[in-house]
Amino acid sequence: MSVLKSGTLSQERIVFLFAVVLFAAYALLLDGFLAPNNLVAILRSVSVLGILAVGMGIVVIGRGIDLSMVAVMAMATAWQLAMMNAGTPPLLATAIVFAGVVAVGIINGLLIAYAEVPAVFATLATASFVFGLVRSRFIVQDAVPVPPSASFILEFGQARLAHMPIEVVMFAVAAFLSFVALRFTKFGRYVYYMGDNYQAARTMGIPVRPMIIGQYVVSALVAWLAGLITAAGLQSINTRVVNSTLLYDVILVVVIGGIGLSGGKGGMRNVVIGALLIGIMLNGMTILDLPNIYQNLIKATILLVALIIDSRLNPRDEQVGQQGDI
Amino acid sequence: MRLPESLSRLIYNAIPSHLVGEILTKRWADNLVPFLLLSAVIAIFGTAINGFFAPASLLDTTRQLGEFLIVVIGLTIVMLGGGIDLSVGSIYALSVFMSVVGIYLWELPVSLALVLAIATGGLCGAFNGVLIGYLRLRAFLTTLVTLIMGRSLYDILIISWGKQLQMSPILNDQFDYIGTGSLGGLPVSILIAGAFALLAHVLLSRSRLGWHISAVGGSRRSAYNAGIPVRRTVFLTYVISGLSAGIAGFLFAARLSGAGPGTGSGLELAALTAAVVGGNSLGGGRGSIAKGLMGAIAVLTMTNGLIRLGYGTGSNQLVLGFMLAFAVVLDIRWAKNRHKVLAEVYVAPVHHRMSGEESALPNGGGAYALNDRLSEATPIALGEVEGPEDVILDEDGNLYAGTRHGEIVRWFAPDYKRSEVFAHIGGFPLGLAMDRDGSIKTCVGAMGLYSIARDGEVTRLSTETNRSWLSVVDDARLRDPNDCDIGPDGRVWFTDSTTRYDAHDWVLDSIESRPTGRLLVYDPKTGRTKTVHDGLRYANGVCLAHDGRSILIAESWACSVHRYWIEGPKAGTMECLIADMPGYPDNINRASDGGYWMAWLGVRTPTFDLSLRHPGFRKRMTRRLPGDDWLFPNINSGGVIKFDEAGRIVCTLGDLTGDNHPMVTSMREHKGELFIGGILNNRIGRYKIPGANPEWTSWKSYWSSTTETVAEGDPNQAARRRESAETTLPEGRA
Repeated sequence: MSVLKSGTLSQERIVFLFAVVLFAAYALLLDGFLAPNNLVAILRSVSVLGILAVGMGIVVIGRGIDLSMVAVMAMATAWQLAMMNAGTPPLLATAIVFAGVVAVGIINGLLIAYAEVPAVFATLATASFVFGLVRSRFIVQDAVPVPPSASFILEFGQARLAHMPIEVVMFAVAAFLSFVALRFTKFGRYVYYMGDNYQAARTMGIPVRPMIIGQYVVSALVAWLAGLITAAGLQSINTRVVNSTLLYDVILVVVIGGIGLSGGKGGMRNVVIGALLIGIMLNGMTILDLPNIYQNLIKATILLVALIIDSRLNPRDEQVGQQGDI
Repeated sequence: MRLPESLSRLIYNAIPSHLVGEILTKRWADNLVPFLLLSAVIAIFGTAINGFFAPASLLDTTRQLGEFLIVVIGLTIVMLGGGIDLSVGSIYALSVFMSVVGIYLWELPVSLALVLAIATGGLCGAFNGVLIGYLRLRAFLTTLVTLIMGRSLYDILIISWGKQLQMSPILNDQFDYIGTGSLGGLPVSILIAGAFALLAHVLLSRSRLGWHISAVGGSRRSAYNAGIPVRRTVFLTYVISGLSAGIAGFLFAARLSGAGPGTGSGLELAALTAAVVGGNSLGGGRGSIAKGLMGAIAVLTMTNGLIRLGYGTGSNQLVLGFMLAFAVVLDIRWAKNRHKVLAEVYVAPVHHRMSGEESALPNGGGAYALNDRLSEATPIALGEVEGPEDVILDEDGNLYAGTRHGEIVRWFAPDYKRSEVFAHIGGFPLGLAMDRDGSIKTCVGAMGLYSIARDGEVTRLSTETNRSWLSVVDDARLRDPNDCDIGPDGRVWFTDSTTRYDAHDWVLDSIESRPTGRLLVYDPKTGRTKTVHDGLRYANGVCLAHDGRSILIAESWACSVHRYWIEGPKAGTMECLIADMPGYPDNINRASDGGYWMAWLGVRTPTFDLSLRHPGFRKRMTRRLPGDDWLFPNINSGGVIKFDEAGRIVCTLGDLTGDNHPMVTSMREHKGELFIGGILNNRIGRYKIPGANPEWTSWKSYWSSTTETVAEGDPNQAARRRESAETTLPEGRA
């Protein structure tokens, strides 16, 4: 533990080393792992996950968590496509959904910042609410296809930039923008202060409550972006993804990358490294032809181990830990 | 009385507005909101769905309720301990699977299958418990992860064994009976759930573990400091939750005789919503099985109702998400603001009008006019004693007084320079009385009635009285025991000043002026205490009359002295002896001339008297002004009053300078001198009474003349007889 804390072997480095070792092992043992197409596939497979993790990362750094991200991702996109299918002009549909997504972020923020509901409960409740609302009121089937009229979305999905699929590019852009925002803007620095010591930040005069709302609006918008990219790649969006383990994969990326759940630590580099590790791992398991349910079990176990390590590295302070901070 | 005043009197005295505050102090008051919600849900769906209340429909609903309720109870217990368990959904599914495998593949008897299911649940719960209790992981995320692990495991198992299960030819009648049978018109599952709920309730409210769970949930650190094994307690809550999910899974397996891919999915959200909607607090510490029960019924009624009303996929999640957010917000805001609401509404003043004819103004004429004679008193223990509410002397002339530090201090005769701590009690000793055997009986503030033997040994006599049926606050507790005296038969008569406020909040009680003080009697023969009279505005001093047949009681905020008859034709009744005095009476004690000394803790002021006639004004005052700005009884100038058996004022003693004895709470005559105590004073006064019997002591007056008999109930006559007896007594002694 002392070695870990001294900085020579931070969690981020361990994870990075682990990713390298895993990569090397797969490269030696698995046929076709090193094929260029497969490497691109790895990146592509983690890019949606990575984009979600960018949003989640910002929230977690600010000592929150957003369990409604996958619901927003799937349901906002599904609603938008459904409206477009029904003949709403794409721009109008986008504007409406934009307003809806921002509203979800604001509701999350209001519940957490002003009503002082623990983030896990507030976002769990809004996740259920958003899924229920869209599924029962706005769409008729689990999956909503991209309407043929909106060919620009499909073209966007097929676009390449420097031989990279557009998903990968978007992931890179999102991570870079968030990096800049966290590192060089007032908003970003405040997120760190808030995550490090909420009370101190508040006493200092940082507008913590509006900041929290801002965080959740950002994460909701990022989730929507991830949904649009998914729809562009798959030509439809399946709302069943809400019940999948995608959400936990996102948390896995964030936690395993080294962004402590107690907030104030880590950055976008951790998200990228975490996403790479998970991508390599999942790709290897897919090549090994492990069924999905086994993969889930393995991922969950890894997440559990990551949580245990996280709690050892960033122990909660019982003196300042709030009652009800569960 | 003018009309507005009569109206306000009607409104404030007739409407029991104090009950609002008293109900809010109760833990069960938390149940009101979930109960209303439950009623609303049942009313809405009961009217929207045809045949909702038909027996067949109810039977089906209750059958599901049994399983759901057990899961919710487990979750409630975890939440009470300050945790959360989302993995119940997959523990439930795994237990269903194990029961089904046990019955249909391994052909186990029902009992073994049940054990298997419970063991599965307990094991999973223990896994959570180790992670969260011992490794101290975050409960929410950890159980979320174990939820996925369990679900993946279940998916793997059901895929590889599902076919075999469906092909199984086994039929187990007992198993089917548990699932579909009824006993006395009720489904077996709800009976099991009922028994389980009862067990859990007893566990939580009556057992050591239950109290530990509440303590850990209420404040983890305090629980740890109190020596409670916090980690083990947390661990056990998850084991209990796992066991509950196991039992519920077994019941589900029995009902459907199988397991499918969707079994138990989404259960965690429904159970969590139920527990929270029922009013169980998220942070722990507040919660009960009853709350879980209400939440479970409300949520199940609603989710079932939505399906039966034909709302499509997603509506359940919509409503559950909304209810969860709403209930959590309500719970958190309520927990945060409850004490503010309570502080806002608890003080409920009543209208009270006293006559202002008499005055205590010096040179104002009249019987009560105060003088400056107490300023001549010589101080004892000046600056050494703090808060001698009552003083008493033994036969050797040693002086005893209670102090704010929870001690009874003894000063030695004759000069009272030397002192020792006679007894340490821990609470503030107020009224004192000397018993026949020389032991001291004392009312200890906020604690009860205690006895201190001659060697200083402290014995608790009474801390509670009988509970009256209709009071909301627990009036069995002695909240503010104030003064005591001992009857010839050894019974101790004492007062409990108020049932609504703790002793240090006496100002609020005076502002409220609500009659809740009581006269109690402790019987040493039975060791029991009972309430003999209530409805006094701050019952304060008590003193046994010289003839031992009645007892005098000071009613501070009503400025009155009453006589309660112990025996004789009027036994058990109370009559007013002195009404509407210009001062607030405190302790009363016997005087050598057959009369009584009474302490005034303060004198009335026209402003506060006026405010007593305006309850609305006092209510606004306590809500809007800080305590320093409140109007309350003047305690800066008191005095000592002597009255005779008929209630006539004989003389007054005051301290107009306010240097020596501004507020007097007690005085005791001993061999021609008066010893004066004040609860806010830093000295005991010693005043030479002109013309008093130099041999008279209080102890002799109580315990030496045992042959005294009084034929008539006339107090004056008794007093006269007593006077003649006393003139002869000292000679006999000397």
